[in-house]
Amino acid sequence: MATNTLIWLLPLPPLLAFFIIVLFTNKSNKLSHIVGVGAAALSWAGAMVVFFRSLGVEHFGEHPFTDSIPWLPLGDGWLEIGVRIDPLSAATLFFVAWTIFMIFLYSVGYHNFGQPKGDHDKQGLPPHGATVENEHGHKHSVPSVEPMYARFFAFIGLFAAGMYTLVISDNLLTLFVGWEIMGLCSYLLIGFWFAKKSARNAGIKAFMTTRIGDVFMLLGLAFLYSATGSLRYEVIFSHEVLHALESTPAFWGLSAAGAIGLLLFIGAVGKSAQWPLHVWLPDAMEGPTPVSAMIHAATMVSAGVYMTIRIFPLISAGWDGYTLTPTMSIIAFIGAFTALFAATIAVAQNDVKGVLAYSTISQLGYMMAAIGVGAYVAAVFHLITHAFFKALLFLGSGSVIHGMEHGVLHTGNHDLDPQDMRNMGGLYKKMPITFWTFLIGGFALSGFPIVTAGFWSKDEIFADAFAHGHTTVFIVLALAAFLTAFYTMRQITMTFLGDAKTPEAEHASENTWTMTTPLVVLAFFALAYGWVGIPENFPILGSFSSNWFHHFVAHTVHLPETHAEFSWIPLITSLTVALGGLAFGWLTYRKQKAGAVDPVKKWMGPLYHWIENKYYFDEAYDFLFVNPARWFSEIFTYKWMDRGLIDGILHIFGPIAYWIGHLFRERFDLPVVNRLIGDGSADLVHKAGEKLRFVETGRIQQYMIAAMSVFLIIAAVLYYVILI
Amino acid sequence: MAFPILSVIVFTPIIAGMIILMMPGERKTEIRMVALAAAAFDLILSVWLYFAYDITAAGYQFQEMHSWLPSFGIGYHLGVDGISTPLILLTGVVMFTGVIVSQSISDRPREFFAFLFILATGVFGVFASLDLFLLFFFYEIAVFPMYLLISIWGWVKTREYAAMKLTLYLFIGSVIALIGALAMYWASGAHSFDLLVLEKAHFSTAFQNTWFMPVFMGFAILGAIFPFHNWSPDGHVAAPTAVSMFHAGVLMKLGAFAALRVGIMLMPQGAIYWKWVILGLAAVNIVYGAFIAMVQTDLKYVIGFSSVSHMGLVMIGFATLTRSGLIGSTVQMFSHGIMTALFFASVGMIYNQTHTREISRLGGFVKVMPFTAIAFIIGALVSMGMPGFSGFVAEFPIFMGLWQTAPIIAILSVISIIVTAAYMLLVIRRVFFGEMPEEFAGRMNDVSVMDKVALGLISILMVGIGLFPSLMVPMVSSGVDHILALLG
Repeated sequence: MATNTLIWLLPLPPLLAFFIIVLFTNKSNKLSHIVGVGAAALSWAGAMVVFFRSLGVEHFGEHPFTDSIPWLPLGDGWLEIGVRIDPLSAATLFFVAWTIFMIFLYSVGYHNFGQPKGDHDKQGLPPHGATVENEHGHKHSVPSVEPMYARFFAFIGLFAAGMYTLVISDNLLTLFVGWEIMGLCSYLLIGFWFAKKSARNAGIKAFMTTRIGDVFMLLGLAFLYSATGSLRYEVIFSHEVLHALESTPAFWGLSAAGAIGLLLFIGAVGKSAQWPLHVWLPDAMEGPTPVSAMIHAATMVSAGVYMTIRIFPLISAGWDGYTLTPTMSIIAFIGAFTALFAATIAVAQNDVKGVLAYSTISQLGYMMAAIGVGAYVAAVFHLITHAFFKALLFLGSGSVIHGMEHGVLHTGNHDLDPQDMRNMGGLYKKMPITFWTFLIGGFALSGFPIVTAGFWSKDEIFADAFAHGHTTVFIVLALAAFLTAFYTMRQITMTFLGDAKTPEAEHASENTWTMTTPLVVLAFFALAYGWVGIPENFPILGSFSSNWFHHFVAHTVHLPETHAEFSWIPLITSLTVALGGLAFGWLTYRKQKAGAVDPVKKWMGPLYHWIENKYYFDEAYDFLFVNPARWFSEIFTYKWMDRGLIDGILHIFGPIAYWIGHLFRERFDLPVVNRLIGDGSADLVHKAGEKLRFVETGRIQQYMIAAMSVFLIIAAVLYYVILI
Repeated sequence: MAFPILSVIVFTPIIAGMIILMMPGERKTEIRMVALAAAAFDLILSVWLYFAYDITAAGYQFQEMHSWLPSFGIGYHLGVDGISTPLILLTGVVMFTGVIVSQSISDRPREFFAFLFILATGVFGVFASLDLFLLFFFYEIAVFPMYLLISIWGWVKTREYAAMKLTLYLFIGSVIALIGALAMYWASGAHSFDLLVLEKAHFSTAFQNTWFMPVFMGFAILGAIFPFHNWSPDGHVAAPTAVSMFHAGVLMKLGAFAALRVGIMLMPQGAIYWKWVILGLAAVNIVYGAFIAMVQTDLKYVIGFSSVSHMGLVMIGFATLTRSGLIGSTVQMFSHGIMTALFFASVGMIYNQTHTREISRLGGFVKVMPFTAIAFIIGALVSMGMPGFSGFVAEFPIFMGLWQTAPIIAILSVISIIVTAAYMLLVIRRVFFGEMPEEFAGRMNDVSVMDKVALGLISILMVGIGLFPSLMVPMVSSGVDHILALLG
């Protein structure tokens, strides 16, 4: 099949799967997951074909696969939509295809396929387990299948279609289409267990917060389209257009290119949960874990970063390789700040997924900071390695929770929170595959030297930031990296090492192959993917490396020529913070007893409350935005303006009209019209008749005289009127 | 002579209405069948018209011209262009689905359908008129039955108030517009009410600047422009389901359409002169309506105020006087028409069983009426302007045009997108998800097959246009070209 045709087809299988499951197979769990996973596998296969074909193209950056058709007629021409696979989208496609496929497969086991229906499971609630009787008549509890199993596969199918659409787009419009499809699915999937109030609220919060970013993005698109007449990458990133945009001033001293870039970036701030729009992501952990892995680690949040990388030519228009443009500075600031800020919160999380949620925010901040300082390739590299190891960590945490739920079913203590790390410990013996893969993921996240992918991508960001003199960004990121290693080791120690803190943890058990296979596959990439991007100037190893990744991706855009010397400082920093953080985390938590106070809490004192409560951002937003908005609409607009003023004026008119009506009736109609004219004329005739009765004598002669006189008078009058 | 398709479309409803009136009132089933048959017939004709319209030729097509009152220059002149053809299709769809969901009306269905069909004739007539007098004639035919439909079949609590409020607003608006129309008639000197003649009248700039506002605002009242929007939510709430569908679905478009055809197209200089006022008022509509919708506790009021907000988008698109703005507005008229019809239909289906529309007393209906829930969610996505649905095809060009004209107003109006998402999601969450209240548990039934047909038809249209804008946009675009030519 021609590559271009194949690219068009990539989003189709999961989209069709969505419709097939919704319309036909929703009664059968087995058919539904065959359709769902099968669709993911098809798209995966297609994506691999496209990816490997793209490797075979000489100068792929200059000659990407493109194809387009007209879609929305606007202005003077059609708004075209099309597909484009260039090095950036090819690299993205690779990790998207792998993670999506693995997560689909994992969902089969996670939702307990093959287990009996729950005793009192209801739609919209997580399964509670079922009681089965074995051949000896012994009753025991087993996990029960998710009541909305088929629906889950339909939703993630639609989601996957959105992500594929976003990646293969050759323009910002279809990118936005995919973006919004994912936003919607995110809402549906976070609120998947809709009978839980917290899940419903989290879904709405996620949708609304990202929506705030989206409207800015929409404005950016409108701005871009009115300035250039196109939304296609080919056109908007061409030299002439960029040059024109760069030389047009917009607002606040930004050039048009910078302003558009900033507006679009705000969209990414929402989608990639950057400060100050980060509040939705931790709540989004209400969704099932595969959702957290897919949406909130590997794909949707990556979409924000992907888009920002895409529009790099816009935000960097006018950048000479040294002095950052204003938009780049803003992005670097928000990214670096978010990286550190979210890492501090992650330290105080006790929910196994909560740690990962904040860690994701923090890592996305790294990528944004990298884009901000112009480390284009490093940002793409970290995007990809992060997607692999974070998906792995989320799936691993899901596996842990699942194992703990086994324990809960065994002991019957349903009050225990299977996600709280303080209830775990010692799981390495019970769940070895999960442990080892989680360890790999955690080490990759921490940037454990040489062997993990995370080390190479993070090191490249450090090196770039340092080499170009962005020391503040470098220091902030290094601090964040230390915290990252610390909280990761804290998590690993609390969860897997030491002794079991509760009986449930003692009875946890490893999961089925559908859950562990994806862990192993992702763990492979979490290690190996780093090796494609070892810099040539890296001591010793560099001489064996061709740094394939850099040469492949860097040709997507024209980057200014800068020369960066190899420096030991970022490398040593990177090694110190990673190893130091890991060691420190292990030393702090290895002797932690069940029920003991968290050491960090002891050191931090009252400050800990701030971190524990996420710096009170939720409360502050409620106070600053949500409540005033409610007041504005409820009291001001509705009560005062609409019902008070506008209807008030209207209701004054009613009585006034009434009053005028009364006035007419009482003062004019009754006295004047009725009495004077109406009744009056009747009276007049009556009275006249009475007065004139005397002429009615009955004598003919008198009548004749009267008639004659009248005739004469009339004749005289006529004579004078007519003749004179 | 060619088949007079427009006349047939326009007069089918009223003839069917007369036939229904002649049937014995107790033969309710037969009355419903006749009503449904007439509506289906009109729908088929309007679909046929839609596809028979020649986009490449553009201009006014299917014209029918007969002299009527030649001494006054009044003619019976019908014809459609790229703007009105989609609106005729819209009316056909709303009429058909409205009749379907009215099958449950048991109080005097004969009179109900008769009035509804008189209304439909008026609406079709306005969209097809190419004569100003004829347009007013149909306009009044469309407005008048509303009073009876609301005050007799409406919600007992507010129907008299709402019917009166609505009628007064609309008649006052049309009287003001009529004065403007007469002024144009005299000023043109052409001794004709024919719109095509008046288009070429080239009124003086001073005349246009004076008379544009009365004419535009007079009609725009029916499009619920701020601050003359208050009749509309009250009217929606009081009206029975099918009437709400007609009212929000097509009647409000009547106002916007007439404001465009008579106001902007006949007095383009006036439109340019006054555009900032309209942009401002419409921006208030958009944001204000959305905010109010967010705090309503009555489901119908939510939809009612959301209509105020969405009609603001139509007006603001007009006022940009740009190509993309006008295209977006016209698509928005269609998209909002079917979307809001769907909303009112779903609300009616819920209300029929629960007898309450208080959002706080509803919940969990996704389990009993999944089809309605899905349709409602699709409608909500259209309302939020999600890509892939017709709302996006409408709103995106509007904002595009607005950004070119007035970036600040664009930024302010775009707030409504967030607020719209908020109230739509809240409504969906509370009504369809969550716990079902005890009082309804076990007593609710799924909607009928015919209801599903109605919801399904509308949903397919919304998704179809969203995915394939080329089904509608080129046609609209051909109509917009003509307006841009008039604007110079």
